[in-house]
Amino acid sequence: MAIRLSTLGSQGPIDYSRRLWLRTMVALTFLLLYTPIITLIIFSFNDSRRNVVWRGFTTKYYVKAWNNDSLIEAFTNSLTIAVISTVISTILGTMIALLLWRFRFPFKAAYEGFMALPIVIPEICMGVAMLAFFSRVGFPTGMPWPLNLSAITIAHIAFSFPFAAIVVRARMAGFNRELEEASRDLGASEWQTFWNVIFPYMKPGVIAGGLLAFTLSLDDFVITFFTSGPDTVTFPVKVYSMVRFSVTPEVNAASTVLVVITVVMTVLAMRLQAPDKTEAH
Amino acid sequence: MSKPIISIRNVTKRFGEVVAVDHVDLDIVENEFFALLGPSGCGKTTLLRMIAGFETPTEGEILIDDEDMAQTPPNLRPVNMVFQSYAVFPHMTVADNVAYGLRVTGTPQGEITPRVAEALEMVQLDRFGARKPDQLSGGQRQRVALARALVKRPRVLLMDEPLSALDAKLREQMQLELARLQQTVGITFIIVTHDQDEALSMADRIAVMESGLVRQVATPDRLYEHPSSRFVADFIGKVNLLDGRVTGARGKSVSIDVAGVGKVSLPFNAEAAGDVAVAVRPEKVRVSTAKPKGGAVAVNGEITDWAYYGDTSHMFVNTSDGLRLSVTVQNETRTTVDNVDLGDRIWLSWQPEDMLLLTE
Repeated sequence: MAIRLSTLGSQGPIDYSRRLWLRTMVALTFLLLYTPIITLIIFSFNDSRRNVVWRGFTTKYYVKAWNNDSLIEAFTNSLTIAVISTVISTILGTMIALLLWRFRFPFKAAYEGFMALPIVIPEICMGVAMLAFFSRVGFPTGMPWPLNLSAITIAHIAFSFPFAAIVVRARMAGFNRELEEASRDLGASEWQTFWNVIFPYMKPGVIAGGLLAFTLSLDDFVITFFTSGPDTVTFPVKVYSMVRFSVTPEVNAASTVLVVITVVMTVLAMRLQAPDKTEAH
Repeated sequence: MSKPIISIRNVTKRFGEVVAVDHVDLDIVENEFFALLGPSGCGKTTLLRMIAGFETPTEGEILIDDEDMAQTPPNLRPVNMVFQSYAVFPHMTVADNVAYGLRVTGTPQGEITPRVAEALEMVQLDRFGARKPDQLSGGQRQRVALARALVKRPRVLLMDEPLSALDAKLREQMQLELARLQQTVGITFIIVTHDQDEALSMADRIAVMESGLVRQVATPDRLYEHPSSRFVADFIGKVNLLDGRVTGARGKSVSIDVAGVGKVSLPFNAEAAGDVAVAVRPEKVRVSTAKPKGGAVAVNGEITDWAYYGDTSHMFVNTSDGLRLSVTVQNETRTTVDNVDLGDRIWLSWQPEDMLLLTE
């Protein structure tokens, strides 16, 4: 329950926009953050092979990127990995969130900490660990598509499920346990109660967690780089290899597409995580 | 009395070291409006939750219709509950909330619709079926919870502090309405409350609980006029508790030396000896300026405090022997309050038979 402050005016964030230096800081931060990305997008429409001087508007590099088979293959790989790892890590994360929300058990705090470890471990360490792990266990390579992506997919699940778990857990913190008891009291089994009462409440958290996992998987470079082989190139890895020759507008065009997908996903995730107005209290 | 629908036999519930419910024995009969009354933390809600099946007794058994409920999960018990927070499902409409309990148990749709309509009509929400809970007031949400439980046609309806979240006027109205509803549907109601007015005005019988124990089970008037212990006398209504000492007994009456009052003799049927307590309800005390004549017990004192409630006033009087007594005065005329002032010396008197001897 929110603590009501004495005056309405003092609720919520402080109005900062009247201070000039704060406004300047905000403007500068935005400039630093977004100028490179906006430049990237603008130059994806540049009619020039070299990416330095503006020579007029064109969309031909989007067409060119579209016709680049290896780029499209990498893109398909990325989407496939993202979809599979999202589904699995969301289910896994949701189940962990439910476990942590519902039950008391020994060493719960330790378990909770361990579960969140992939969030804080440096990606490079995760990547090296994954590489070492897969070569140590002799994980099969050279399988037909999409099975050849399974190593990358497993790695992606490993680092994205804690994010899903944390988002779902945060959502469940506001759940009124009497709703669950009311459902049981009215004759529903535990299974019916889960699907009819708990899951509808949990759903925005599950979707938000899933979208988060999706974006994380789609643009992951470091961990993927360590777990991908010559015939399992993902989109970020492919873009990296293209950049090593030269930064052509084709790379810009491909990157722009990725930026757009990521932004759309993030906006959706934030929308679904916003406080639910239909809660009864 | 008709046969018990719920039998609570020697039930104890411990949470670790804490004993929430302590060897409780209770029989609740059919068509009864039963109240579990007690201060917070007395175990009344735990007892209710054990009947509903949300807690398992550590010891003892709970029988519903002569059947031991130990192995029966909440969804299979013939009882339904109205929760303190109402627990109306926020993502369902009012009608869906009410239909929920029928739907999950596989009631045919053709039967659900009329039963839901009937239940909504019973709580006067028939025009609100399509609304979402967040479009309802607190009182209306409670009616939804009520309809949702009643539509299941339970043997027993359980209510956990049903009126505590409502404002005073609405609470009074709902008290009457719940009592009326219980008579209409003719099922057993068990209500948990810490509010004695609620229990007294609605219940047929009340169990007063204190730290896990049931202190007394009786009808409201028995409870008020014949409390069995100091705790019950003090918890139900207002009371003057005076210390006394039994000096002798003759036939059906005992004589007691009451501190600050003197020797009185009052009717008492059981054994009494040693230190006892004597209780007098404030509304049984008369106020006068002159010493009353006749057999009344009378003390003289000074008015020290005055609380005005409109219909009645509450006076606190200190006697020269160090007693502090409270008196309820009916404000019978518009000038009653004008005739008394703080610091006035007055006489308080009551009939010996209005005193109650408490040995516990």
